[in-house]
Amino acid sequence: MRRVGLIVFLALVAMIPLCPPFYVTMGSYIGLYTMVALGLVLLTGVTGLTSFGQAAFMGLGAYTTAVLTTTLSWSPWLALVIALLLTIGVALVLGAITLRMGGHYLPLATIAWGISLFFLFGSLPELGGQTGLSDIPALAIAGVEFRDERIYYYLIWLVCLVAMWGTVNLLDSREGRAIRALKGGLSMAEAFGASGLRLKMVVFVYSAILACLAGWLYAHMQRFVNPSPFGVNTGIEFLFMITIGGAGSIWGSVVGATLITFLKTALQGILPKLIGQTGNFETIVFGVMIILVLQWMRGGIWVFFERFLPSKPNKAIGDTSDLPMRTQPQRGEPLLRVDGIRKEFGGLVAVKNVSFDVCAGEIVGLIGPNGAGKSTTFNLISGELPRTDGNVYLGTEKISGLRPSKIARRGLSRTFQHVKLIPGMTVIENVMIGAYLRTSEGFFSAGLRLNRTIEKKVGAEAAKQLKRVGLEESMYVPAGSLPLGKQRIVEIARALCSDPILLLLDEPAAGLRYKEKQELARLLEQLRGEGMTVLIVEHDMEFLMNLVDRIVVMEFGRKLAEGLPHEIRSNPEVLEAYLGGV
Amino acid sequence: MDSSIFLLLAQDALTNGAIYILLAMATILIFGVTRITFLPQGEFVSYGALTLATLQMGKVPGTVWLVLVLGVVAAIMEAFRLQRAGLSREIPVAVVKTLIPPLVVSGIGYVCAPLNLNLGLQVLLTIMIVTMLGPLVYRVAFRPIADASILNLLIAAVAVHFALVGLGLLFFGAEGVRTPAFSEAQINLGVLTITGQSIWIYVTSIAFIGLLAYFFGRTMYGKALRAVAFNRNGARLVGISPSLAGTLAFALAALIGCLSGILIGPITTIYYDSGFLIGLKGFVSAIVGGMASYPLAAGGALLVGFSESFSSFWLSAYKDVVVFTMIIPVLLWLSLRSVHFEEEE
Repeated sequence: MRRVGLIVFLALVAMIPLCPPFYVTMGSYIGLYTMVALGLVLLTGVTGLTSFGQAAFMGLGAYTTAVLTTTLSWSPWLALVIALLLTIGVALVLGAITLRMGGHYLPLATIAWGISLFFLFGSLPELGGQTGLSDIPALAIAGVEFRDERIYYYLIWLVCLVAMWGTVNLLDSREGRAIRALKGGLSMAEAFGASGLRLKMVVFVYSAILACLAGWLYAHMQRFVNPSPFGVNTGIEFLFMITIGGAGSIWGSVVGATLITFLKTALQGILPKLIGQTGNFETIVFGVMIILVLQWMRGGIWVFFERFLPSKPNKAIGDTSDLPMRTQPQRGEPLLRVDGIRKEFGGLVAVKNVSFDVCAGEIVGLIGPNGAGKSTTFNLISGELPRTDGNVYLGTEKISGLRPSKIARRGLSRTFQHVKLIPGMTVIENVMIGAYLRTSEGFFSAGLRLNRTIEKKVGAEAAKQLKRVGLEESMYVPAGSLPLGKQRIVEIARALCSDPILLLLDEPAAGLRYKEKQELARLLEQLRGEGMTVLIVEHDMEFLMNLVDRIVVMEFGRKLAEGLPHEIRSNPEVLEAYLGGV
Repeated sequence: MDSSIFLLLAQDALTNGAIYILLAMATILIFGVTRITFLPQGEFVSYGALTLATLQMGKVPGTVWLVLVLGVVAAIMEAFRLQRAGLSREIPVAVVKTLIPPLVVSGIGYVCAPLNLNLGLQVLLTIMIVTMLGPLVYRVAFRPIADASILNLLIAAVAVHFALVGLGLLFFGAEGVRTPAFSEAQINLGVLTITGQSIWIYVTSIAFIGLLAYFFGRTMYGKALRAVAFNRNGARLVGISPSLAGTLAFALAALIGCLSGILIGPITTIYYDSGFLIGLKGFVSAIVGGMASYPLAAGGALLVGFSESFSSFWLSAYKDVVVFTMIIPVLLWLSLRSVHFEEEE
């Protein structure tokens, strides 16, 4: 059924040139706009960033080729290389200065640079000012020129479809899954070894490249360029395309580009006649439409279509995983050493020089009442928070001061107190994120679908871990549809998928029902049996008592006691802290 | 460049800078209180100037009808919301409450427009009409999605910008206007001539900044707005309604925008789409303030004003290029200064 839909779509694209020239032109524009919108889907819908500057990137592509091919008589293909290099350079600079900061700085930087570039196009005499540049040569391969509009249409859609195919492939890969994790904040992707900043940068540069490519194709289709199609308003229209079409899916870009392009043409014909004066009145309709979509159909039109499509086929996984494994440390060997760690938030000392050890094969519980500094200690170990003083060692290596992604590389894996799964992605794909560091396939092999063998292995590994935690029957359901107890267990499977030597669990029992807690306890028993070392932060004393080998108790940021469960149970200081005196 | 040109440019810079300070304050206010990156702030500026110009001609400005239509839409939305919440009994009161202010404002506007009132009364009328638009825009476009991500709120803000610019063209046409100056006076200080209008701008800006400082520092509503900007959930817990705060913030922003439009109407020609760039320059100033600090934003506004006026002297064609490229080093500086922080959706 999905395949039938795809064939119908491709057939439709292929048959447009049989229509009158008007529709061929429209089709070409839709192809170009889809390309730009595609990049924006990846940037906005998938990664949670946005840009108003896509039209400016398009303009950069168009103007670069226009100048180089007319004034300097260069080949358009050489001009394309220069245009792409320029675009990548600009995107890197804009990304480098904005991506480290909060979400709204990128759109504001891109709107500003879009306006600057637009005025520059219109003012520089070398670029032809408002009249623009004409006599741009047609594209030619081996002396054959693409002058016929229908042939050019096919060229545009060829590029567009390849871009769509590559993007779909990319999202279904190691890096793609990490990119999809970014929308919920960087910490999850970082915890499994991905660099969030690098991924954001790659996505932004990729979206800029798609826009530049569309601009280059546009210039050689129109054979002239002027500033007006590259203004901020066009940049905004691209954003409208994906909002209306559906920012969460590749297909949203096609739907949105088609709808906005047709609507704009129709409204530009009708509205001025209706109103009796010339002007871009379609902006009123677009504005109102977007507000309505955001209020009533936030996922866009594609979500509505998608309901009628059957669910995607299950991800193909291999039978065996032979991913490289770490050598687990010898049971009883000291594994984690926390040495006088301290954290100050301004004047508040949240953790006061806490020290303890965890040996291989042990389950150690870190407990304490609310506000005791357990989670802060946890985050100091995992590297999420920088420490004020003290050190943490994993084996013999110092890990304090390293970024979470570097610590993950050394074999420490964690779960989150507030579950961080990607709700729309299947359970197995979520677990596959855990294996990020165990393979190394990059963006290109993913985009070109050269990663199938490795993907199957990773899938097999994820399936193995899901079986290990007893969730194999939920493998192909969206993670967001599971109850909280199971979501926590998926998080444990994901952590196990990274083949850790130390597992850090952050309040795994919080919010669980009694039976769910029992299941969790059983799983942890089993992991201990398998020799896994676990550090659990928890405030549920009862849950931990029968489970752990040793307990470290914290109160008011300092270590209150440490010992075997039965010692802790009878420790008067602990009783005082927990029960407020006996 | 001799000293007289320098003084002239500096005066120009201060005049524009004063306006950008006002707009930057509105931007920061709305972002703090509602998390909306309110790009259409500039539309209130052009609506202010154009509404006044239409009133000057003795015609009913389109904004009067916009107030009426948005009022009716807001009332319908309110009724629908209560119906869905199962509070049907509250519908009549809520609808009347929602309808009365816009009805009164548009009624007064409709009656008074052809009367050829004096300039002062026309200014008051303009302020009343455009200020009313703020809460209505908030109610109709933003309140139903108040809990959305910053990204979606930004997209909604851009959509509102599109709609308002299109409506501006519909109401006022493509012709630019200049409104009459508040004062034709000129003061000669040696080589420097200060126009009455720029004195009006300085005095009004300073007075208004003082008023805002008083409002935020001394009044209950002002403190409530600050509380919401500081911590939305905390403010809700102590009983401050976020939607009331949003309404108030939008009313203030519209008032500030309208006032800016009326003030600069006599010194620059305002078209239906002029507001966007003016508003964006206010925005650039707000960004210099990290979207949070009013004094820093004021510094940013003066920086924008000065770079604009001096680049118009040396590189007049590239005036806007200079102003908007300036944001890049500013962002770089902010980025280097900022501690790594992230926000989640």
